[in-house]
Amino acid sequence: MSQTVVAGRREERRPAPPPRRRRKWSRRLRSWGPGLLLVAPSLVALAIFVYGFAGWNVRMSVSSWRGLRQPNDFIGLRNYRELFVDETFRNDVRNLVVFTLVFILGSLAIGAFLALLLDKGVRGESVFRSIYLLPMAISFIATGIIWRWLLDSSTGSSTAGINKLFVYIGLDWLRSDWHKTPNMWAIAFIALPAAWSLSGYVMALFLAGLRGIPEELREAARVDGATESKVYWHVVRPLMLPVLMSAVVILTHISLKTFDLLYAIAPLDARTETPALYMWYTSFRGGFFARGAAIATLLFVAVALVIVPYIWYSVRSERRR
Amino acid sequence: MTTRTARRARGPYLRAARYLVLFLFGCLFLLPVYALLVTSLKDPASVSVVTMWELPGKLSMDSFRAVWPKLQNGFVNSLILAIPASIISSILGAANGFVLAKWRFPGADFVFPVILFGMFIPYQAILIPMFRVIASMGLNRDLSGLILVHIIYGLPITTLIFRSYFASISEELIEAAKVDGAGMLRTFFFVALPIAPPAFAVAMIWQFTSAWNDFLFGIVLTRTEYWPITVALNNIAGAQTVPFNEAMASALLACVPTVLVYVLLGRFFMRGLMAGALKG
Repeated sequence: MSQTVVAGRREERRPAPPPRRRRKWSRRLRSWGPGLLLVAPSLVALAIFVYGFAGWNVRMSVSSWRGLRQPNDFIGLRNYRELFVDETFRNDVRNLVVFTLVFILGSLAIGAFLALLLDKGVRGESVFRSIYLLPMAISFIATGIIWRWLLDSSTGSSTAGINKLFVYIGLDWLRSDWHKTPNMWAIAFIALPAAWSLSGYVMALFLAGLRGIPEELREAARVDGATESKVYWHVVRPLMLPVLMSAVVILTHISLKTFDLLYAIAPLDARTETPALYMWYTSFRGGFFARGAAIATLLFVAVALVIVPYIWYSVRSERRR
Repeated sequence: MTTRTARRARGPYLRAARYLVLFLFGCLFLLPVYALLVTSLKDPASVSVVTMWELPGKLSMDSFRAVWPKLQNGFVNSLILAIPASIISSILGAANGFVLAKWRFPGADFVFPVILFGMFIPYQAILIPMFRVIASMGLNRDLSGLILVHIIYGLPITTLIFRSYFASISEELIEAAKVDGAGMLRTFFFVALPIAPPAFAVAMIWQFTSAWNDFLFGIVLTRTEYWPITVALNNIAGAQTVPFNEAMASALLACVPTVLVYVLLGRFFMRGLMAGALKG
């Protein structure tokens, strides 16, 4: 891989006598032209569907489009200004922040913990791993449908779901109203099914990272008299920072755009609504397409702020390798 | 390895505790699956939310029989859409990955991250324009629009998977083909593709799973008779009045293909996951 880069650059730098330049250029075109041609359809499709549409969406967000007829007017940032004072939107952003924090911290804690336990070498490791990762194969819709029955908030003799389990094991006081809790923490409970889905993924990421640390490094520290916990803190922990970063970035972007899980568990409930859902309701149910486009643009910017540095960093560190 | 074994033997209690914790977490992860299985296998008459954790008295397939007619159409739709979407997306991804890894053109270093971003874009940000375009082209009258969209938004990840895969094959193989006078297409078809089946497995499994599990595109781009399984499932089981056993039975049926793929081909599924974290 890196060899190709070097070879390619060297060829470009080679000084060519002026009369032959044209022939050389055409020869080079003949060498990479077919490759470019082969990628061209995909590039065009992505240019239109990703960048073209995202740009068009921004354009819509500064129009006054609502209902079926789409005017081509320009009203500046009015849609955004209205959003920032819109009680629903502010509520949804608050929900999203709570959800993202609880979901990410929860998944990271569980995933990292399981990875540390598995790292030491456990019999039946692949069985454990497969169980923790199984929820990844199940759609968010199915996950949501299962969990809305588990997060049952009935009381007394009709107690069911997880609350019922608490009764069985004598921990009745843990009973919860889950996502029907009447305060701003309601959405934090949706992090439960979300973490169920994704902490296995975090575990797999961390485990791969731990396995990537050469055993000699740990052994060297042990020879120097470090205890096992010191080895983890001083040798393993710093080397795991890139993995932690990947996990945080991936979980953040999933959390920002999560739609189906919330929609399947509690549709049209202000306590568990996020901008991703508001965008959908207001555009496709209400016909306020310009406002929906404005919310979508804000989501796009939020995701780009996290993802662009991450891609840049990944590609750069790959080139260095 | 020997030092590790020695260290392990030193703390038998610690080791037992570790297994216990891993086992308990396994149980926690399987709890929802248990409820799902047990409830959908119970006799519908004896199903109650209050007794959801109790084992069935006698096994019955009646819940499945009740929901399958309502789910069948969506199931078939999802197959019709996920299979071609995963095959076509993987073939295009293979071509892109090969060119970006082994037949680079000026600017390839710029193009790759630009493609990658498509993998992370929140679909909300393109949803309204996409809905307009697909509708104005008349592609929302059947599954073709949905298939097209899944192919295109699958390209970044399939390109990434194949690029990593081809980057790991030796330069000599490509050079040898070049020396023999093979052009780009010939090298791609006769040198690169024959050794790419593992990458195809990873890419196709990933694509199949995400097309099968997608909800947002499905709900925006199709009408009732072309609903994919997730939309059909949400309509049956998401209603407030649906019986518990029918909700669980339909959720279980909707998971069968992806879980089957996961159980049979988990290794490739894992690799796709890792590639998605840009670590491939």
